[in-house]
Amino acid sequence: MRGGINRLPAPFGRAIDRSRPIGITFEERDFDGYAGDSVASVLAADDQWILSRSFKFRRPRGVLTMAGQDANTLVQIGSEPNVLADRRLIEPALAVSAQNYDGSLEVDRGALIQLFGRFLPVGFYYKAFYKGGSWKYWERIIRNRAGLGKVDTYAHHGYFDKQYLFADVAVVGGGPAGLSAALQAAAGGGEVILIDEWPLLGGALNYARIDRDGDKAAALGDRLVDQIRATKNIGVLRDAVCTGWFSDNWLAVIQGNRFYKLRAKSVVLATGSLEQPAVFRNNDLPGVMNGTAAQRLIRLYGIRPGRKAVVAAANEDAYGVTLDLGDAGCAVQAVVDLRRSAGDGAMVRAVRGRGIPILEGHAVIEAIAATGKHGIIAASAARITSEGQTDGRAMTFECDLLCMSTGYSPAGQILHHAGTRFAYDHATNMFAPAVLPPHVFAAGSVNGTYRLEAVLAEGRRAGWAASQDAGCIGASEPQAVTGDRGGEGQTHAWPIFPHKRGSDFVDFDEDLQVKDLVNGIADGYDDIELLKRYSTVGMGPSQGRHSAVAAVRVLARETKTDLSQLSVTTQRPPYMPEKFGHLAGRVFEPERHTAMHHRHHEMGARMMLAGLWYRPAFYGKAEQRDRAIRDEALAVRNNVGLIDVSTLGGLDVRGPDAAEFLNRLYTFAYAKQPVGRSRYVLMCDQSGAIIDDGVACRFLDEHFYVTATTSGVDAVYRLMLQWNAQWRLDIDVANVTAAYAGVNIAGPRSREVLSKICHDVDLSPEAFPYMGVRMGSVAGIPTRLLRVGFVGELGYEIHAPASQGEALWDALMAAGGTAGIRPFGVEAQRVLRLEKGHIIISQDTDGLTHPHEADMAWAIAKNKPYFMGGRSIAIQMKKPLTRKLVGFTVDDHSAPVPEECHLTIRGSEITGRVTSAVRSPALGRTIGLAYVAPDQAVAGQIFDIRIEGGRMIQGRVVPIPFYDPENKRQEM
Amino acid sequence: MKIMNCPLNGPRNISEFVWGGEVREMPDPVACSDREWAEYVFIENNKAGFVREWWCHVPTSFWFIAERNTVTEEIVRTYPAGELFSRRVEFGAKTKDEQR
Repeated sequence: MRGGINRLPAPFGRAIDRSRPIGITFEERDFDGYAGDSVASVLAADDQWILSRSFKFRRPRGVLTMAGQDANTLVQIGSEPNVLADRRLIEPALAVSAQNYDGSLEVDRGALIQLFGRFLPVGFYYKAFYKGGSWKYWERIIRNRAGLGKVDTYAHHGYFDKQYLFADVAVVGGGPAGLSAALQAAAGGGEVILIDEWPLLGGALNYARIDRDGDKAAALGDRLVDQIRATKNIGVLRDAVCTGWFSDNWLAVIQGNRFYKLRAKSVVLATGSLEQPAVFRNNDLPGVMNGTAAQRLIRLYGIRPGRKAVVAAANEDAYGVTLDLGDAGCAVQAVVDLRRSAGDGAMVRAVRGRGIPILEGHAVIEAIAATGKHGIIAASAARITSEGQTDGRAMTFECDLLCMSTGYSPAGQILHHAGTRFAYDHATNMFAPAVLPPHVFAAGSVNGTYRLEAVLAEGRRAGWAASQDAGCIGASEPQAVTGDRGGEGQTHAWPIFPHKRGSDFVDFDEDLQVKDLVNGIADGYDDIELLKRYSTVGMGPSQGRHSAVAAVRVLARETKTDLSQLSVTTQRPPYMPEKFGHLAGRVFEPERHTAMHHRHHEMGARMMLAGLWYRPAFYGKAEQRDRAIRDEALAVRNNVGLIDVSTLGGLDVRGPDAAEFLNRLYTFAYAKQPVGRSRYVLMCDQSGAIIDDGVACRFLDEHFYVTATTSGVDAVYRLMLQWNAQWRLDIDVANVTAAYAGVNIAGPRSREVLSKICHDVDLSPEAFPYMGVRMGSVAGIPTRLLRVGFVGELGYEIHAPASQGEALWDALMAAGGTAGIRPFGVEAQRVLRLEKGHIIISQDTDGLTHPHEADMAWAIAKNKPYFMGGRSIAIQMKKPLTRKLVGFTVDDHSAPVPEECHLTIRGSEITGRVTSAVRSPALGRTIGLAYVAPDQAVAGQIFDIRIEGGRMIQGRVVPIPFYDPENKRQEM
Repeated sequence: MKIMNCPLNGPRNISEFVWGGEVREMPDPVACSDREWAEYVFIENNKAGFVREWWCHVPTSFWFIAERNTVTEEIVRTYPAGELFSRRVEFGAKTKDEQR
């Protein structure tokens, strides 16, 4: 038959489109289905009921919920492991394979393990491996056998993206409660977003039976969904899973490869409930499924779930299942009802009317396995004598399907994330939300409400309250929910019938039987959180959705504790697995380019990162790196070079208190600094540690242009603003880093080159001396000119509006053409500055370096009443130094150049480390900076440096600067 | 993700803000003891309950005060720093001398 031998005619199959046939393969066998089929439904249509093997015992497993909630249905699709077969819709030519077997899905050699089951007691790994070293040996073998699916490390990259959404009210769950909540919330006038896990809105209305004739639910669902469609201010996300609630109603929602970050003012959680399996022998085999799973198969996909069935019942819904099975052509042999009386509800009467035997006060105690446990051939029932006990006189009914309709548990994961406390209610035998957090509302069966009229009323009420909470006041108050909410009689207090021969599974993911929990509790793990971790109950892929409540029932009984004193284990996000692609996806990684960025590329620069900035490391081929750096450095020493220093931080400090402000933040004194001069700035934090440096250029009495390090400027700027929020000085600070491009033209011929294009500033050494600052134009571009010398040669830093940075660069390169000007990069600059002994903050200093250690006491003003870190520096000064930063050279010319962080050693003691070292092109020997013990910090002292491979070389302390000790060249 | 109400920019994701430490009075840096100074620099109260802290809205570099409850994670109130710091702070008489 087209669409599978179990396929039923319309109107069964609300979710499928019979005009669009689709074929897939499972274990290399062809299956034909329709658009809208899930992988599991298309397999069920052709009697492929085994979907996987269990994790530990390798027992065959099949459809349990059809709700995308259990681990039984995990399959591999191409390179994607662990796909929920009952959730993933089929696509043409999908190649599906099963997981967790050795040999074939039908005959698994690994299933022999169950024979040894009694040697794998609860806590096995812990007991067997917590002592000794054997875990190392066994781990590989165990992991090989365990594992779910196969990771294909060569899998194609997927395209994942993210989107931000905002709503006044978000409604999670598109069942009757969610639909009525969304409609009522929208009536308040705000923007509403409705999120549902399934392609088809309507939730249980699509598959449940609420009346004798079985057509009411679908009709109501259609009506509500039509209303939703007609409401403009409701946005619907279908086939979308809300995986987590985070602070202030920030919801993670995953739809396909898109990750929505949804912020809502208020949230209605109408996430429904999960039908819970009963516990009896072989309750895990294919053919044993929840009643709602059978109904989903019938009504959503048009699939007959079996030929002969037994229904394990404890509520009215079980009779809806029974009627549905009959309508689908499945002969129900018996309804086995745990309750003393099934009552006389409309559907119970209809079942009686069809002549189906109802065994009241009976329990299913065993499903009889077919050969190879591929399914079941019969179910045994017996009369209940007391809680969990029967008289053992089994009545056996032939069947290939056993439906379980014995109770529910709220799907409260998202409510849990939001901090909702759940409490056990003895009237309903279920946990229910006790206290809801602010701006969060619950409606429907997640809130313990089951009677349809009450569900709709509660939805309206929650939708209205949520829209009010979000400040939308356009709707009138709907009636409060009155009367019976229908929670009582849905769930049986003890649907657990342990079997003396076991295989009475509480947790299918982890193959845990009743006795495993009982033993775990006996071992002393008698708190639910401990029991979980010891026995692994609830730790599998379905995260306790079908085991947590049964586990806590067993715990309560074993410890003789009232259930109201207990809770289920904590639920944390994500509610459903999220792929790394969803979380990683594309991220915002800003890059900062200077105004001259393209010029550097044109000149063959190798770029390096400095914070977010891209800077030229050197110009030339990568393999000629050392040569290029050396030549660039020599060009600056002997001729003229040009470097892009745009990344340097720039802060304009203006106002009557500008000098006082700098006095408080930096160690030096600025009050008497003359206009037209710059002065070194050194910033320490309150503990006295060096955090930044630069220069302060006084252009006017009340205007300082302060530079800061590339990576430090943002923090310095923030610090300045924070302090002045307290000090209330009359100043303004502007971070103008990005507003200015900057270059440093340096070298003996820099004045000659600059004078060709700078005519309104007198560049003579008398008029514009070292440390002077001027405003003037260069090639017609308004600039700030700073005579500062990081590299120790005559030079000018020229700062110009960023928009004209490239023009400035071009003009200087052109003006320097005849002089042979050469661009130089950060690497050459590092060499040049080291030759001058200038430190780089955070390379030559660390988080504890105070100015005296770095030999910078000269930069600390005396007689200032306060500056940041001043008191701490004074305290440190009273103590002896523990280390000192010194200049050193290596006399052995054949010794390699030490690297940063190579240790300085004395005997068995580490005295410090190398912070910078290079072979100086100008001096032709190794020079560097290192921390050494204070008594070693005297010129001429020899100390040991341990370099690569543990070899020791000798450094000799020398005074700095290494090059041009009298600083004549920069002051030319 | 939490939302914080910036007094300048309104409600924003918490990722737009940085924490700036507790609001504490600096002891007199000249007159206080070494111990008092060390406590000011190194010891955070890290209180469970109501705290008053500096927060900065990074994109606009706006510093303000936030009062929050570290137990309930509730942000009780945010307001401009000017509510607490309304007067110019001076450090000793030497400041004036040095300005000569």
